[in-house]
Amino acid sequence: MSSVTSNATAVAPLTERAVTYPVVRIEPARGWFNLRLKELWDYRELLYFFVWRDVKIRYKQTAIGVLWVVIQPLLTMLVANLFFHKLAKIPSPGLPYTVFCFAALVPWMYFSTSLLNATNIVVENQRVITKVFFPRLILPFSAVMSGLVDFAVAFIVLLIFTLSYGIRPTVSVLLLPLFLLLAVLTALGVGLWLSALNALYRDVRYLLPFIIQFWTLASPVYYSSSMVPERYRWLYGLNPMAGVIDGFRWALTGAGHPPSAVLMASTAMVCFIVFGGLLFFNRMEVSIADRV
Amino acid sequence: MSTAVITAENLSKRYQRGMAASGLLRDTLALAVKAPHKLFRREQKESFWALKDVSLAVQHGEVLGLIGRNGSGKTTLLKILSRITRPTAGWAEIHGHVGSLLEVGTGFHPELTGRENAYLSGAILGMGKQEITRKFDEIVAFAELEKFIDTPVKHYSSGMYVRLAFAVAAHLEPEILLIDEVLAVGDIRFQKKCLGKMGEVARVGRTVILVTHQLNQIRRLCERVVWLDAGEVRQTGPAADVVSAYETHMSSGFAAADSKVSNSRAEFLRWWAFDEEGNRTHNLHSDEGIRFQFLLRVNKPVLGLYHDIYLYDQDRQLLWGNAIGDVTLEPGLYLCDHSLPFLPLRPGVYTLRATLWDGGEIVADWEGAPGLRLSTLPVAHPRYEKSGQLNIPSKCVIIPEGDSPSPPG
Repeated sequence: MSSVTSNATAVAPLTERAVTYPVVRIEPARGWFNLRLKELWDYRELLYFFVWRDVKIRYKQTAIGVLWVVIQPLLTMLVANLFFHKLAKIPSPGLPYTVFCFAALVPWMYFSTSLLNATNIVVENQRVITKVFFPRLILPFSAVMSGLVDFAVAFIVLLIFTLSYGIRPTVSVLLLPLFLLLAVLTALGVGLWLSALNALYRDVRYLLPFIIQFWTLASPVYYSSSMVPERYRWLYGLNPMAGVIDGFRWALTGAGHPPSAVLMASTAMVCFIVFGGLLFFNRMEVSIADRV
Repeated sequence: MSTAVITAENLSKRYQRGMAASGLLRDTLALAVKAPHKLFRREQKESFWALKDVSLAVQHGEVLGLIGRNGSGKTTLLKILSRITRPTAGWAEIHGHVGSLLEVGTGFHPELTGRENAYLSGAILGMGKQEITRKFDEIVAFAELEKFIDTPVKHYSSGMYVRLAFAVAAHLEPEILLIDEVLAVGDIRFQKKCLGKMGEVARVGRTVILVTHQLNQIRRLCERVVWLDAGEVRQTGPAADVVSAYETHMSSGFAAADSKVSNSRAEFLRWWAFDEEGNRTHNLHSDEGIRFQFLLRVNKPVLGLYHDIYLYDQDRQLLWGNAIGDVTLEPGLYLCDHSLPFLPLRPGVYTLRATLWDGGEIVADWEGAPGLRLSTLPVAHPRYEKSGQLNIPSKCVIIPEGDSPSPPG
């Protein structure tokens, strides 16, 4: 079933360092059901290097470096506060609107940047892809992981900001990593689909800004998901970022209710997207080096 | 002990031309609207076989050369063996870690420093972090970049860039190394250093597959050679035999295939080379008599022209030339016949050029490239780099002073 199998079969020792050599069998691609996560694990050091490279280059190319990560959500929050809260009177139950909005923007911006990077990463690395073998899965994984550095910086600012409003985190803060993981998986899952599609059809690159724009509006970044009628909430939860943002905000500030229906739907959806994305990406990977 | 570390059976690779390559959704959608049935009919797309039924076995410690003209499938074969792309049919089995060097500087990023790039490129080529750290000083010393290792490579000269890239690659230690044409980098001195390093690699029992157009490299480094032609194996065997056959094939041909200048007055049509026995061949022995003939067609009477012949080596260096003057011919076909008692050159490929001059104007100029191949036992210095250009059968004895050696006969 698996098309490239590597297993440590003992071959007669060929040099004085009697070691066993891995045997690799190269065959035409067939079959869909191979997640190839073991290969990814074997190449974890390369994954680390790709993440390291992304982070290094990002901060070398910008003049104010890490400040961007903070300025972006801060400015967006201020503008949203003016238009959505002061003018459009959108409520922010249980929280000052600035905190409400900022707490959503930090995970959201992590998600949108990671999705953008993941979508383009295969095409951007086409030179390497056509010259060296490594599990191509590393690329979208590294894209969503390198975004975590930015996220960490923004999160510290968010934490200080929240505390300065006198909001003290409760035990629920322990669940934060869980919601972050959900955000990572969402970016990864969608990124897997889009990066493979982008390698085949460059149109995806132009489509992506629209997708992200619509997605922002369909997520509770600037408004509360409690504004969505109760009976449609599970449907709303099919947007995994709805569960992520609701949960993130709740875990950090303790405001609102612990997300339930929305979160369940979101989690199920994420699993579905990631699993499908892995299969799709691996299937497409076969022809990526021939097509990019 | 002979163990095949690479076994390939009937490897084939088909590429699709045309539509698939455009890569725009627009085109696929347009096709879906115009002719939806075509989307599902695969064989309608124009496809070609880049590789067809290639089987080979490479033994442990062997240095195998791959030759063939551009587009013959050499790179495709390397890409399949290094798992960059999958075969369409057939299979291969590889015992051991594979390192592939298909270009110089894979994974380099201009913004990063030499140090950072060495780590990054090393990791991409398959080295672990510890391994790179261990070899780092050696890599920097090999690249001769001690002073600039913390400078971003965008400020490097192209020579420095290539040296660093190759230094990283040269320190790869996989059991199997696949190399595509990357030795043709850097200045001559650095090339020699790289070749020396490659030789070392081969001596420690690593298996190497080498693709290059520089046939002398193949002769020097490989024991066995596979000649690919239009995606298929044309010949496999000892390096000297296959390379000779390949060169003969490449140099046989009509004038039209080569670079040729002529005006309407006269034109060179064909050329032949003959060995001492008068056999027509492109494969000559440097210590035997040689004869070249050029077939010349004269369309309009020519008066008092010059006919020149030149011999160039692979680097376009002029090795020898001769000329006759006062060529006066009526329209018709003529043979320009040149005979040489011997041609004491090193084995290799050389190019012949024949011209017809009228004062400053070229009437006919034809260069057959690659012209001819000289094969002979090298009789010069055992070390290639010290053997020079000429292949002169000389003798040397060491005797007590006073006994005079017999004069050369």
